[in-house]
Amino acid sequence: MKLTMKTKSFSHSIRQSALAGAMALLVAGTAQAADPVKVGVMLPYTGTYGALGEAITNGMQLAIEENGDKLGGRDVEYVTVDSEANPGKAPQNMNRLISGENVDFVVGPVHSGVAMGMIKMARQEGAITIIPNAGLNAATRQFCAPNIFRTSFSAWQTAYPMGKMAYERGYRKIATIAWNYSFGKESLEAFEEGFKAAGGEVVKQILTPFPKVEFQAYLTEIASLKPDAVFAFYAGGGAVKFVKDYNAAGLKKSIPLLGSGFMTDGTLTAQGEAAEGVLTTLHYADKLDNPKDNAFRKAYMDAYGKEADIYAVQGYDAGQMLVQAMDVVKGNTKDRDALIAALENVKIDSPRGPWHFSKAHNPVQNMYLREVKNGQNVVVEVAAKGLEDPATGCSMMK
Amino acid sequence: MYNTPRPISLLLGFLLCVLAFYPLYGDLVFGSKASFFMSKLTTIVIFAILAMSLDLLVGITGLVSMGHALFFGLAGYVLALASPEYEAASIWYILPLVLLCCAALGAVVAFLTIKTSGIYFIMVTLAFGQMGFYFFNDAEFSGGSDGMYIMLKPDVSLGGIQLLNLDEKQTLYYLSLACMVFVYMVLRMILRSAFGQVLIGIHANEHRVKAIGYNTANYKIVSFVIAATLAGLAGFLAASQYGFVNPSQMGWHTSGYALMMVIMGGAGTIFGPAIGAFVFEILHYVFESFTDHWLMLMGAVMICVVLFLPNGIGGALLSLVQKKETTGEKNDG
Amino acid sequence: MDLATILIQLLNSVQYGLLLFLISSGLTLVFGIMGVINLAHGAMYMIGAYLAYAFVEWTGSLGVAILLGIPVMLIVGIVIERFLIDSLYSRDHLFQVLLTFGLILILNDIQSILWGNDTHGVPIPDMLNGSISLTDNMSYPVYRLAVSVVCLALAIGMYWVIQKTRLGMTIRAGASNREMVESLGINVRTLFTIIFAAGVALAGLGGILSAPLSSVYPGMGDNVLIICLVVVVIGGIGSIKGAFWGAMMIGLVSTFGPVLIPSLSSVMVYLVMALVLLVKPRGLFA
Repeated sequence: MKLTMKTKSFSHSIRQSALAGAMALLVAGTAQAADPVKVGVMLPYTGTYGALGEAITNGMQLAIEENGDKLGGRDVEYVTVDSEANPGKAPQNMNRLISGENVDFVVGPVHSGVAMGMIKMARQEGAITIIPNAGLNAATRQFCAPNIFRTSFSAWQTAYPMGKMAYERGYRKIATIAWNYSFGKESLEAFEEGFKAAGGEVVKQILTPFPKVEFQAYLTEIASLKPDAVFAFYAGGGAVKFVKDYNAAGLKKSIPLLGSGFMTDGTLTAQGEAAEGVLTTLHYADKLDNPKDNAFRKAYMDAYGKEADIYAVQGYDAGQMLVQAMDVVKGNTKDRDALIAALENVKIDSPRGPWHFSKAHNPVQNMYLREVKNGQNVVVEVAAKGLEDPATGCSMMK
Repeated sequence: MYNTPRPISLLLGFLLCVLAFYPLYGDLVFGSKASFFMSKLTTIVIFAILAMSLDLLVGITGLVSMGHALFFGLAGYVLALASPEYEAASIWYILPLVLLCCAALGAVVAFLTIKTSGIYFIMVTLAFGQMGFYFFNDAEFSGGSDGMYIMLKPDVSLGGIQLLNLDEKQTLYYLSLACMVFVYMVLRMILRSAFGQVLIGIHANEHRVKAIGYNTANYKIVSFVIAATLAGLAGFLAASQYGFVNPSQMGWHTSGYALMMVIMGGAGTIFGPAIGAFVFEILHYVFESFTDHWLMLMGAVMICVVLFLPNGIGGALLSLVQKKETTGEKNDG
Repeated sequence: MDLATILIQLLNSVQYGLLLFLISSGLTLVFGIMGVINLAHGAMYMIGAYLAYAFVEWTGSLGVAILLGIPVMLIVGIVIERFLIDSLYSRDHLFQVLLTFGLILILNDIQSILWGNDTHGVPIPDMLNGSISLTDNMSYPVYRLAVSVVCLALAIGMYWVIQKTRLGMTIRAGASNREMVESLGINVRTLFTIIFAAGVALAGLGGILSAPLSSVYPGMGDNVLIICLVVVVIGGIGSIKGAFWGAMMIGLVSTFGPVLIPSLSSVMVYLVMALVLLVKPRGLFA
């Protein structure tokens, strides 16, 4: 949990509210139309996922800054809480934003386990929650709710289209490998579903202990299985290590490496040569070459001195979504039904290409097949156009 | 140390009143945040129970466990798994079941670890905690690393009449407070009993206690089982509060923080670890509110406690009171 | 599994085991001689890896990174021993556990301040960037083998220093009887500082050498710490020989275990540790 000042627009009132909490000062509880819109941000700023939290925050603020730092004509106040990527603390942190700070929106998190804790509270308290990353399928399936939106992806979306792509490239027998945790397993299942539907065969599914990064034994096993290709899911430090080890073991030449896009996103500089030629699917790519993407990347670079990545895009779209919907309701956050309807109907012109919400509040979006070329995830083709998550078990689909 | 000095009893009574009357003054002092702070206090009270249960091991018996969160987390999982999906479980069977599971696992872990001592005991309990963590992290039936929900909170009713509604924040707050007082009383009772005296003896000099003819291993196992059961009570309340359980609750960081609460509050004083839980959690909250670098501040606090406050807040209070008493006696004489 | 695969898996086990030995040796050294358990050992490993990243970025050479990184780690070790650990020798292990837990939090924050939260890679030195072909589709990176050689050399070196040299004799004597060594005019105080700094430097060296194999990211030390503790406890806390065989055992278990019994892959090492302690409550070589 952390209340912090990220930019000047983060304003004095955050620390004041923190003061109020800690030092037991009196604060006036009534909000008026002229009051700032309170956006609660619950993302990891420390630890393994810290860089993701930062990119999402930057992206979201960029979108709102481009709107004159206003939402529906009202000023914006951010209340930031460090989720620490700790699911155990998620309900507590969420509660702090909802009932402690009375925020109008909550944006977060990165981590699927944290999302589970947040969703529980969001469903209970009815707070409008925008998930800018966490891809657990359940968020827009059995646990979907009118007040929960996701601007990123479902695990299924990022891996399912690769099944068809792999089959089209002539691979018939594939081994799959991922960390043994929920998101890893969901990614493998989605790929296997797509690959089997296309007519392929999965010869072996390997789950490696999370978050261990010693892969040599599994690579040896893969070498002895001699599949046509390997589909993998790893992220962050694990992805760097896996891709490097895979290459160093000499496997990449004989057994092509496929993966979920996260395996080569934000990690390419660290992976270097080893990642060249790896095929992945994701809802974003380099060299998409649309005007929106070019403008976004330049603006992001100018504002933060860093290359924008997929996480920044997801944050940016969360910001765009707030901007659009708040314009529709003219800054009125009191009429919750109208606000939710406005959010449902946003049409986002995203750097990743246009998308809109499904009935389950997950993006209906293009998935791209990308190949790593010269340290970039260059788009090869559109792997699936306007792909919608099946949203099995979501009560809003009826 | 076996009888709490009067000034400290008074202080504890006062602090308890401050907590008990919170709903009366909460709105006045904290305004719109009052309800959030009540939830926060509930969480802290639950940690206080966890810390006190750990004190039975660390402070009384002298067994430093780095895996105490195992039972805290297990209780939540038992509650989640044993609750029917579409109706609330009755507390009259679910709570005993939860406690029984924690006691049973406690007995198994104790049986396997009791032969080790000192640093080995610390490490083996850590290993068991990690085993539990990975078991639930990998398990399909409990939602893996995403964790799982308790859809409906346990139902507390008798003869068809609902006694407590755990969905109400205030009810849960008072239930947790009552449990904290209950656990404190239980531990005090144990401390005064012959059984407790043997535990204290084991802490001071196990060989001597053994030489007198006590089977110290059995005493240690029973102590471990009681501590595990009380940790289970804390875990039950924690899972009931938000209706969400996750493997991270039994990771070694949670165990480490619980240990820190015990030391910060004063190991062996029973009331100290509860105070430690409050100080630790409030510091954590305040640091996070003001700076990005709260990790560093928390680390610094932990180091300072170890270096400058080895007997904890409770220990410092006790020696303060005892010093006053002795000087008082001198004056009298 | 055919014979070739089994042989390669054995090679993997030994290579991983040697790396584990390098990382855990410092932990067991410090405990065995000084009776201090250092939970921040994993954090030191992480600092080593980040130093490798920083120095390679700066100078372009891993060799230079090692030459610069080790003195930095030694200084870190000396400072921590003098200011923090020194007052803990006579105290319960519990306090060492908590103090070094606090250190982990501080070192993690320092890492975030100095280097940010991005994931980094460190290139393998050109000289060692080749690979040796093992089967028709599998080859072995030379750098991995080189690291194994370094680890083996260190293992032999440590054994030799402790068993055969005068310094080693003093160390062993200091471990068993502090007063006696002091009466011989040897400053145990300084000796302990040296040992602790050496332990930290070994963790740092492990981090530096692993950096090109692995990647450099926040929180990487936490995972390493737990596996090191397992290795050290299995071998018998304080025994260098124990750490070596403990590391080999974990290398074997975590290579063959997941292949043979995939469902137990995460808990396997902890199970082995519990089993060992059930039979020998003080580890294999204590």
